[in-house]
Amino acid sequence: MSAASLSHALPGLARRRRPLWIALAGAAALVVVLVLGVAAGSVAVAPADTLGILGSRLLGLDLARTWSAAAETIVIELRLPRVLTAMVVGLGLAVAGATFQGLLRNPLADPYVLGTASGAALGAAIAVVLPVRAVVLEFGLLHGLAFAGALGAVLLVYRLSRVGGLAPLTSLLLTGYAVGSLLAAGLAMAMFVSGAGLRQIFAYLLGGFDAASWLRLATATPLILVASVAILARARALNGLLLGEEAAAHLGVDVRRERAIMLALASLATAAAVAVSGLIGFVGLVVPHVVRLLVGPNARLVLPLSALLGASLMVVADLAARLLGDIPVGVVTAVVGAPFFLAILRRARAGYEL
Amino acid sequence: MIRLAGVTVAYRGRAVLSDLDLEIGAGERVALIGPNGAGKSTLLRVVAGIVPPLVGRVELGGQPVERLGRTAVARRLAVVPQGVTLPFAATVEEIVGLGRLPHEDPFRGHRPADRAAVAAAIERVGLGHLLGRDARELSLGERQLVLVALAVAQAAPVLLLDEPTVHLDLRHQVEVMELLADLNERDGTTILAVLHDLSLAAHFFGRLVALDRGRIVADGPPAEVLSPDLVQDVFGVAPGFVRLAAG
Repeated sequence: MSAASLSHALPGLARRRRPLWIALAGAAALVVVLVLGVAAGSVAVAPADTLGILGSRLLGLDLARTWSAAAETIVIELRLPRVLTAMVVGLGLAVAGATFQGLLRNPLADPYVLGTASGAALGAAIAVVLPVRAVVLEFGLLHGLAFAGALGAVLLVYRLSRVGGLAPLTSLLLTGYAVGSLLAAGLAMAMFVSGAGLRQIFAYLLGGFDAASWLRLATATPLILVASVAILARARALNGLLLGEEAAAHLGVDVRRERAIMLALASLATAAAVAVSGLIGFVGLVVPHVVRLLVGPNARLVLPLSALLGASLMVVADLAARLLGDIPVGVVTAVVGAPFFLAILRRARAGYEL
Repeated sequence: MIRLAGVTVAYRGRAVLSDLDLEIGAGERVALIGPNGAGKSTLLRVVAGIVPPLVGRVELGGQPVERLGRTAVARRLAVVPQGVTLPFAATVEEIVGLGRLPHEDPFRGHRPADRAAVAAAIERVGLGHLLGRDARELSLGERQLVLVALAVAQAAPVLLLDEPTVHLDLRHQVEVMELLADLNERDGTTILAVLHDLSLAAHFFGRLVALDRGRIVADGPPAEVLSPDLVQDVFGVAPGFVRLAAG
């Protein structure tokens, strides 16, 4: 289907009623994948029992116990934090992706575009290589350095981009690329000297939710949710930027300020996500495009719907990874995401002049 | 409505506008003419508060523009840009809807009044039949009208335009000009437009301001401003190239 016939299939009126249905479908999907994600695994728990355990523990319902204590432990201590972590990470990456794409006015942007991925990876690799082991509240050096690396990289990119003579956006993207390359060299060096730690670094680079726990979830969730809600509250600025920085300024957006704030928020959400899950690609790139194809470019719709879809998708990706014999989640999202992204690009050539 | 007093703007040590005074009253319709690089676009940016002057004052409705916040400026003044690029696909309605940004509720977004203003603006520029159309499918003339509709939806008392007829064929040029005249006469919108086509400017605008190398060299009715000497000096062409349309 060409771009022209696609837009005829989505006339203005139909588009306007769509978001509500999509939101409801997304919420329903979220509940379904929650139950599926908790029920499935190496030890299968019947969906009815899963619902019973969730109902009695989360909602405080007084239900007849038809399940074993072991099943309850598996569901509550292992699977539930894992599934919820996948949801929160998927939500954060999708919202951050939509934000970076809008801020940088670039359909190819993703949460990792300004160096967060390489910064986090280098931080994690350094943690593996260092002969120091420290654990505070279930958080090892790896999580801490990955988080710090992601934020540090973005800060560096932002600072460096402001000194060049280029237009701010071009400068940001190019600086992000340059800093990313430099950090990747550091990562390669760390991997080279890592010896037995190499496998651990690889596991981080490919991403996954094996290490999910309630405490880690409780730390990452507030960061990601607060950043996402704060971004949503600034959807107006993101909409203005659709027409360009100068046009946005004419429409009442304080571009410099809004850009700095939203870059910080999206980077924070990304850093929290990669610290608990490693580097999982394509969710932050593809999900916002799928949502835009359904409801148009309005950030007020794109952000919350991306959050819903990103959360569901990540749980499904994790489920697939587990059922395929515990392969890394990042492999699943890349294998599914890349062809999907190509298909979307074919359908809707992204940018154009007006 | 718009008042510039002693405005000087410099980029990297080179003066783009020098000691410029300009006053435009509410409800006026003024065309800004001059050769490339004369400082016309910069003048629009200064009026819109995007470029702060090195020296001098810029007032909008009696208030210094740098003291008004961006949203306050956007409620007083709309700008039709010289052409924009969109990173994502958007319909005519979605693009024109962006004109409501300075008015919309930060949390709830568009309310019925906003949607009505958007529909009215699209109707006003004659694109009602293209409401849900992907903007990519539009002709250049229709795209220009979409950008004008966006500014109309912004419902500001002042409208600035940077070469609104560039790339357009004659029919669309006249269509845009007639729309501006109508906005000016019926709604009382104050209009300041940068125009390259002197005949069009002379025909549709009662006051021309000629800018050359950052200075105002003439200001008045077309017949006065477009004197043979000025055309020769400022535009560097033989006066015969500019013929004023009768009337």
